[in-house]
Amino acid sequence: MDFATLLQVLDSTVRLATPLLLACLAGLFSERSGIVDIGLEGKMLAAAFASAAIAAVTGSVWLGLLAGVVASTLMSGIHGLASITFRGNQLISGVAINFLASGLTVLIAQDWFGQGGRTPSLMGSGRFEPITLPFAQALSGVPVIGPIYAELISGHSILVYVAFLMVPLSWFVLYRTRFGLRLRAVGEAPEAVDTAGVSVVGLRYAAIVICGVLCGLAGAYLATGLQAGFVREMTAGRGYIALAALIFAKWRPWYALFACLLFGLLQAVALRFQNIDLGGITIPVQVMDALPYILTVIILAGFVGKAIPPRASGEPYQKER
Amino acid sequence: MTDPIAPAIELKGISKAFGPVQANKDISIRVMPGTIHGIIGENGAGKSTLMSILYGFYKADAGEVWINGRKTEIPDSQAAIAAGIGMVFQHFKLVQNFTVLENVILGAEDGPMLGTSLARARGELRALAEEYELSVDPDQLIENLSVGHQQRVEILKALYRKADILILDEPTGVLTPAEADHLFRILDNLRAEGKTIVLITHKLREIMEITDTVSVMRRGEMTATVKTAETSPEQLAELMVGRKVLLRVDKVPARPGDAVLRVENLRHVDSHGVERLKGISLEVRAGEILGIAGVAGNGQSELLEVLGGYADATGTVRVNGKEIALSGPGSDGGARRACGIAHVPEDRQTEGLIMAYTAWENTVFGYHRDPRYQSGVLMNNALIREEAQDKMTRYDVRPPNPQLAARNFSGGNQQKIVLAREIERDPDILLIGQPTRGVDIGAIEFIHQEIVRLRDKGKAILLVSVELDEIFSLSDRIAVMFDGRIMGERLPDETDQTELGLLMAGVTGDPSGDPIKAVEASLEDKAAREAASHD
Repeated sequence: MDFATLLQVLDSTVRLATPLLLACLAGLFSERSGIVDIGLEGKMLAAAFASAAIAAVTGSVWLGLLAGVVASTLMSGIHGLASITFRGNQLISGVAINFLASGLTVLIAQDWFGQGGRTPSLMGSGRFEPITLPFAQALSGVPVIGPIYAELISGHSILVYVAFLMVPLSWFVLYRTRFGLRLRAVGEAPEAVDTAGVSVVGLRYAAIVICGVLCGLAGAYLATGLQAGFVREMTAGRGYIALAALIFAKWRPWYALFACLLFGLLQAVALRFQNIDLGGITIPVQVMDALPYILTVIILAGFVGKAIPPRASGEPYQKER
Repeated sequence: MTDPIAPAIELKGISKAFGPVQANKDISIRVMPGTIHGIIGENGAGKSTLMSILYGFYKADAGEVWINGRKTEIPDSQAAIAAGIGMVFQHFKLVQNFTVLENVILGAEDGPMLGTSLARARGELRALAEEYELSVDPDQLIENLSVGHQQRVEILKALYRKADILILDEPTGVLTPAEADHLFRILDNLRAEGKTIVLITHKLREIMEITDTVSVMRRGEMTATVKTAETSPEQLAELMVGRKVLLRVDKVPARPGDAVLRVENLRHVDSHGVERLKGISLEVRAGEILGIAGVAGNGQSELLEVLGGYADATGTVRVNGKEIALSGPGSDGGARRACGIAHVPEDRQTEGLIMAYTAWENTVFGYHRDPRYQSGVLMNNALIREEAQDKMTRYDVRPPNPQLAARNFSGGNQQKIVLAREIERDPDILLIGQPTRGVDIGAIEFIHQEIVRLRDKGKAILLVSVELDEIFSLSDRIAVMFDGRIMGERLPDETDQTELGLLMAGVTGDPSGDPIKAVEASLEDKAAREAASHD
């Protein structure tokens, strides 16, 4: 493999890792507050559809993005209502979100655009265009560093940069702010937060909203950045891979970055090479697709350190008598 | 314009009902500032409900709360904190994987960024530690601290929030005697500084030792408030239960026979790979009670589980001279019962009973394969019900209704159901763990008498309890467990709480210097070892 091919694979890794990273951080905020969110997939799908539809109709990708975030946050709100206010089962609510999004997006898309459940292809201002960073052209002549800067770092859409900036931002919020301290506490010991006079419900809703916004960004990026329009089930399991990455990352922002890059790389390799020939042994593409899950299972089985979820995750909070 | 001698807390006519259950009935109480006020009562007497109302967890149906001479509304914990009330719950409200410092500032941060809050809290903690003997390492994670230190963090949390009134709910339940002594010294210091302390407990000895005034609760009502100096444990017990209670167990000296249960070099490793039993050897003879003392979590539970047949182990165990299997076939609970071992488990709600099932069903679990209870392929339920009714009457289970689900009985009556099931099978050996945990005084008396009666019938009894008083009053011999080992055996007449307390903390021989220091050092050792083994 030559240097140019390597750069192309890495470039595609960055693009493919972006939605994973946004969804993974979304799940991180939710689960750190004690709300298990298996509905990342559904929220991304809803956001992908809403953003593509509005961008197609208005011609503005920014309005599309807004619509995507709103759609995803609404879905989050349903999950919050079911699991925080009514103390329902969080897994069931999450699965319901996924089904709801899967059905509704295609139904509305068909009714609205009549193109077999897809939205019209987005063009021009309906999509997020790549941004060329300063000096990319000038530096491209410099060996090694030049191409890396021009190809790999420059030339992505704005949401890619937003996603990567979210990592240090999430870390800062979680570990350096009052909100972060309380958020982490409410996922570990809600009774401690409650007796300290802080609202458990308020904190969890805040986490749910952050989760919705981040999932919205992830979905909008899929439909308006990575691709040009919505097609049915276009999230293709990315929400679940993001969940796997979250476990892989042990619910920490910086680890999440590396987990998502790793899983993104696996996807990029699978896309580029299909079946990999290792001198006689052919590794089918399905193996690459399955790797994120296999790796997660290995992590969960405790072979590579321990992945301990927040103690209170999945349990509705109820004051004891 | 506050009256200089206004009570720190005054409750007027507080009532609270949960559905048909009247938890608090027209309760009035005055707690004077700078005193330690005890509230004593049996389980379910309404002590915790009352304090939860004071801390804003529940809203009272009727009544008023006055703090420092001012009528105060306490709709939530925030308001309670603002009114200067701090609460140390029985089950600590700490975030296990946070540091001490983070736990202290949680909810009382100075601003949206943590940096300054943490710095200020660090200074304040140091000052509080010196003032009240409340030292803890501010950067240590809670999960690495001993229970006694975790409790100090709870007290620090309240003081950091400028609490003048401190409520402690059953604070000594989880402490060693030495830790409890230290806690009482802290409370003394706090009182000397003018803080007001409300101590909720069911232990008469603590009330007599440290409180200035004591209020007694029974069935949701405040039955009396007296000066501690002017009362006696016997009088308090009578006020709690509503009748005369025998505080000491009446028993004749044991006449032990042959060793019925002989355990040698018993070892058990739990599912996390931690060795919980590190070579236990002991024997229990017919007609005697061997009491196992120790702070919870030092292997006593595992000992019962292994002997009861639901945990694997290595070593040898002989029952009436015959070796029994400790793993694989023939080592389950059924096999244990078959060779004459009955087991009243520590946790009756998860191991002793099936809470959703009726009392009569619960009276045969484990023995339901007995041919007597079969009729063809079906069970002879009529017979089981009939026998259950009889057992419940004889063991004074209230209400004596076999059709009621186990969860509808109080703790004491649930325990009597388990006892009836196990004792009625006439076992050679009775394993019994925490026989009176969560059981009210009246039922304690009954359960203790039953255990002694069984001993006098020539049965061997292995008693595990974290209540030293119980160990002392029942045991014919006492073995102390610490960190999976037997630290030593003593005769109840030849030892005292202090000596056992040291053994319970893993201190053997003659500790030179301050015994409290030695205990703490040894506990910290243990906490550190446990932390290391978890990584």
